[in-house]
Amino acid sequence: MHELGIVVHVIKQIEDLATKQNAKEVVELTLEVGEVSGVVKEYFYDAFEWAKKRTEHMKNCKLNLIIIQGITYCENCEKTYSTTEYGKECPYCHSDKTYLITGKDVMIKNIKVI
Amino acid sequence: MEKIRTITVNRSAYADNDLEANILREYLKDKGTFLVNLMSSPGAGKTTTLTKLINLLKKDYRIGVMEADIDSDVDALSIAKNTGVKSIQIHTSGMCHLDAGMTKSGLEEIDISDLDLIFLENVGNLVCPAEFDTGACLDVMILSVPEGDDKPLKYPLIFEKCDLVIINKIDALPYFNFDMERCYQDIYRRNKNATIIQISAKNNIGINEVADYFKNKIKNWKEK
Repeated sequence: MHELGIVVHVIKQIEDLATKQNAKEVVELTLEVGEVSGVVKEYFYDAFEWAKKRTEHMKNCKLNLIIIQGITYCENCEKTYSTTEYGKECPYCHSDKTYLITGKDVMIKNIKVI
Repeated sequence: MEKIRTITVNRSAYADNDLEANILREYLKDKGTFLVNLMSSPGAGKTTTLTKLINLLKKDYRIGVMEADIDSDVDALSIAKNTGVKSIQIHTSGMCHLDAGMTKSGLEEIDISDLDLIFLENVGNLVCPAEFDTGACLDVMILSVPEGDDKPLKYPLIFEKCDLVIINKIDALPYFNFDMERCYQDIYRRNKNATIIQISAKNNIGINEVADYFKNKIKNWKEK
């Protein structure tokens, strides 16, 4: 549901950057999306298609989403495991002294401009 | 064929919002106005709790309320009528949350120059409001008993982010399988610094404790 909110913020940052870089058009945008960022890929593409028509530089921009796996680290046994599979509790030692290392963020990686 | 350039960005999608939120927090500190971001599911009792709370706090503070809703002004009218404090509605134009930019526009509209304390009633939703920093000085959420004790497991981010978790509608405990101990454990697992207060807004239970919590927080914030 918050895909549109994220899209709006991403577009704002890219539009500013495109203006600063004197780009005529942004043709491609690549984002890294964490598995546990709460973003649903299909909704994100839909929101982006809707929002890009209302921009100055991004009307024909292609969007690439790279999914980053959610990985959690266990402080107790010092192992890592897949967050989406096991959640908060470590599957090796059943400790809950664990924290997420990757997979939470939505990162703007790069843009291609002309 | 025009030449294509690649520009490396490596920046969080939330970076501009986080920056704007921090600027807003500094501005509020400078003006001496304490902003509380209140979040919950629809129907958890935000408006009722806020009305009771404001009636307890309004003799000590000049209070304002900013209500965020997708598209209506029912809550703002109800709060204004039942407390007499200044209240505005921020329409989010279909967005499911408030961000720092919308909060800033709301603060300009309500005019903070004669206010000590502002409650921002975020859109009723446990997912999106947790992602966007509004620039508030304190994040608070209300979980109500009928929603179930599993919410800290299902929506961990909002519980990680909140300074205070209010558990509302405890008068309904006999009618639901709500395991209070399990709920506390799951909240502390996500956020060991969280304060948890049980209330029944309808029956005026625990509201005094919440009011004292805010008084303390505001006092500490002013001294910092």
